[in-house]
Amino acid sequence: AVSLPFAVGQCGNQVGCRFWDLALREHAALNKKGIYDEALSSFFRNVDTRSGDNGPDIYRGKICSLKARALLIDMEEGVVNELLQGPLRDVFDSKQLITDVSGSGNNWAVGHKIYGCQYREKILEKLRKTAEHCDCLQCFFIIHSMGGGTGSGLGTFVLNLLEEEFPEVYRFVTSVYPSGEDDVITSPYNSVLAMKELNEHADCVLPIENESLFEIVNKIHQMINSGKLGSVVKQNSLLTSSAGSAKTLQEKPFDAMNNIVANLLLNLTSSARFEGSLNMDLNEISMNLVPFPRLHYLVSSLTPLYTLADVNVPSRRLDQMFSDAFSRDHQLIQADPKHSLYLACALLVRGNVQVSDLRRNIERLKPSLHFVSWNQEGWKTGLCSVPPVGHSHSLLALANNTCVKPTFTELKDRFMKLYKKKAHLHHYLQIDGMEQSSFSEAISSLSDLIEEYNELDATKGGPRIDPSRLKIAV
Amino acid sequence: MSIVTVQLGQCGNQTGHEVFSALCSDIRGTHGLCSKKENESYQDSSKERFFCQEESAVPVARAVLVDMEPKVISQTLSMAARSGHWKYSSHSHFCQKQGSGNNWANGYSVHGPRHKEAIMNLVQKEAEKCDRLGGFLTIMSMAGGTGSGLGAFVTQCLRDAFPASFILNHLIWPYGTGEVIVQNYNSVLTLSHLYHSSDALLVHENDVIHKICAQLMNIKQISFRDVNRVIAHQLGSVFQPTHTAGGGSGYSRNPLGDLMEALVPHPEFRMLGLRNIPQMPESCLAYSAFSWPGLVKHLRQMLIARAQMEEGIDWQVRPPQPGSSIPSSNKALNFNTSIANLVILRGKDVHTVDLGSFQDPSLYTSWLSPQDAFNAWKTPRAFNKYEKSATLVSNSQFLLKPLDSIVGKAWNMFASKAYLHQYTKFGIQEEDFLDCFTTLEQVISSYTNL
Repeated sequence: AVSLPFAVGQCGNQVGCRFWDLALREHAALNKKGIYDEALSSFFRNVDTRSGDNGPDIYRGKICSLKARALLIDMEEGVVNELLQGPLRDVFDSKQLITDVSGSGNNWAVGHKIYGCQYREKILEKLRKTAEHCDCLQCFFIIHSMGGGTGSGLGTFVLNLLEEEFPEVYRFVTSVYPSGEDDVITSPYNSVLAMKELNEHADCVLPIENESLFEIVNKIHQMINSGKLGSVVKQNSLLTSSAGSAKTLQEKPFDAMNNIVANLLLNLTSSARFEGSLNMDLNEISMNLVPFPRLHYLVSSLTPLYTLADVNVPSRRLDQMFSDAFSRDHQLIQADPKHSLYLACALLVRGNVQVSDLRRNIERLKPSLHFVSWNQEGWKTGLCSVPPVGHSHSLLALANNTCVKPTFTELKDRFMKLYKKKAHLHHYLQIDGMEQSSFSEAISSLSDLIEEYNELDATKGGPRIDPSRLKIAV
Repeated sequence: MSIVTVQLGQCGNQTGHEVFSALCSDIRGTHGLCSKKENESYQDSSKERFFCQEESAVPVARAVLVDMEPKVISQTLSMAARSGHWKYSSHSHFCQKQGSGNNWANGYSVHGPRHKEAIMNLVQKEAEKCDRLGGFLTIMSMAGGTGSGLGAFVTQCLRDAFPASFILNHLIWPYGTGEVIVQNYNSVLTLSHLYHSSDALLVHENDVIHKICAQLMNIKQISFRDVNRVIAHQLGSVFQPTHTAGGGSGYSRNPLGDLMEALVPHPEFRMLGLRNIPQMPESCLAYSAFSWPGLVKHLRQMLIARAQMEEGIDWQVRPPQPGSSIPSSNKALNFNTSIANLVILRGKDVHTVDLGSFQDPSLYTSWLSPQDAFNAWKTPRAFNKYEKSATLVSNSQFLLKPLDSIVGKAWNMFASKAYLHQYTKFGIQEEDFLDCFTTLEQVISSYTNL
């Protein structure tokens, strides 16, 4: 089954770039014989390019030329051009790109209304073409940031389009939320306007915050520099550029952070691509983690941290990996799931980990976690036999947890600060299709969502009253 | 007489593979401990029952493999082929690309009708390969989407297409603390639907088997493969050939029919639990000696006290004495009332075994005479390297508590309406859930009031 990523905007494409690089490396490490297999086909086509780029797809046999199944969309050319000149240039062709030159000026309305309208047909055409090459399309991934104009506006426009055109295909969105110190002043507007779209049209959202990624990258740095881990840093790793020369964190800070998001996607799809004793497909993630349609925001964590860096590390205690997955500083957003309420939790393990390891750790950690009354023992688990390259095991935890609320309430506060003063509003309202109601509806949608989390939080720690069972005539 | 096995979903296929593997290994084993003639008779009977012997090649399992995603079937086929001793037919599987997403409604209402013809064609072909079709065994889990939902649908199709054949559903119940969050919904939907189309449900609980792996088999890092191997051993101990009481000198020709006749006297009571002793690591087999009286005593107490395995049995539990003053509520709490029991003994000196203690009327409800409520099958041919092996298949209150627990959790979730939109999306409405709950509460009530 195929997953089709859409990288939209600068952030989306930078993450996308890291994702394709890591995906290729993962498959290269595992696929020694160079045969095009089922696992490869979820992200790549195999094209016979001997007579040119427009060759037919080869469904079996030896790998000829791998092309990523993807659409890259940006209203500025910088990032996509860099991609096309870099080592991944052969993995994409121009048919998969939609670019413009002027950018969206950090304005959601420009991305959503103007470019959306302008590029609608083109996007549809390329989408249909790409889908034709997939024999079973299971899921779309949108990778974007919320704070800008293209990723946020055009990204959510694409989300709408996907729902219209392929209503049965799951829509997963990986959204990078702006921090309080974001240098884009209008990021709260862009984010809240985008949130409404995510509320209404996404099946699952994985929110990410740069602060968390930054902290994690720093932690990894500290681990490496403290000499606690093995000191070998591999080529083409998280900490070096793809050209092989070492660059410091300051010079290319986002590369390391983008790698984490790329790893998230890789791990999320690992059980769908590779075999294991308890497979977890993407449609199962949506099924198990979304108890009510609007509560589809999942907090994620990846452990052990060193699997996010290319360092050789002696095997650590397995159980520590599980403990860390629930700690505050391993989450990809600023959140503390342990002190909030779980609606559902999924654990996807890769590598030499068996069901008894899973159960032991669930039993061990359960007492310190708060689960909603109607899902006291609800865990979704997956065991994939194939670990990340160079490591023995790893864990991805996905939590539907009320700890996501502070991210939303802070966003709302920042929005209101600007909105009350009507700051910069005219940049939006002057766009065709934008009205005052666009803003009031958006903030209302966000407020409603926050309220749903509030209601759930209110049940936390309360008395557990099981509903009385159905009585039947004896 | 032959049995056609339908393996459904990841669990069904992974377990099914271990079952055929265990059967084949047992057939080929040289530890028969009986006469050569007996052994040959056993081997022929077992091969006829589960495998199709094609001219030159290894035995081919009489099985249809069904899954909605390709990876498990692909693995299962290649693992079997690699064994060199048996294989699956290369034309006997059906798979898709998408999976069922752990959604019973998707398995039942979407995949079922869509793929009915293709799947039933494969079943028909397997059935036709049998000289005499003894019935169907389905292997599936209740927790996911394919085994459970598509499994329920296929069972119905089997019933419609083969109205005179026996259908036994081997069901695997998930770990209580979740493999799948919606597992209790999927379980409730599966059980209630199967109750209408199956002849009997033979149940294995992952929690119980896991304990056996941990405490009896001494496995440190227990994998699903370990769990499935114990399940396969236990199933093998039921389905390998035996002599039934009145069956004459040959091996039973109608195992599924015999099972139903022995254990399912009333359609309201279809849930069968399974216990097999002794269980131990293969490395210990040579050093262990058991006596039949000891095994019989343990098995009986396991039945009475609802023990999950032969360690930690509560010996305090006793059947109510006639005319005693033990209040009936006490009886319901501790003592496991049976409708019918079947004990299967395999190995050395089976003819010497006294099973009178299982015919004690106080073990049973009053509907059947103890002679009818209890059956014993025996064979001197040892099974799977165990010098002596005793199996109990029981239609009793064994599964009452676990069933009640599943229904309770499902109801709890249903009351909050959580996840319902995922099912209504595929055509299973709230009313359908209520019907299922009603069916199961009825079953629980029936078993409680034995």
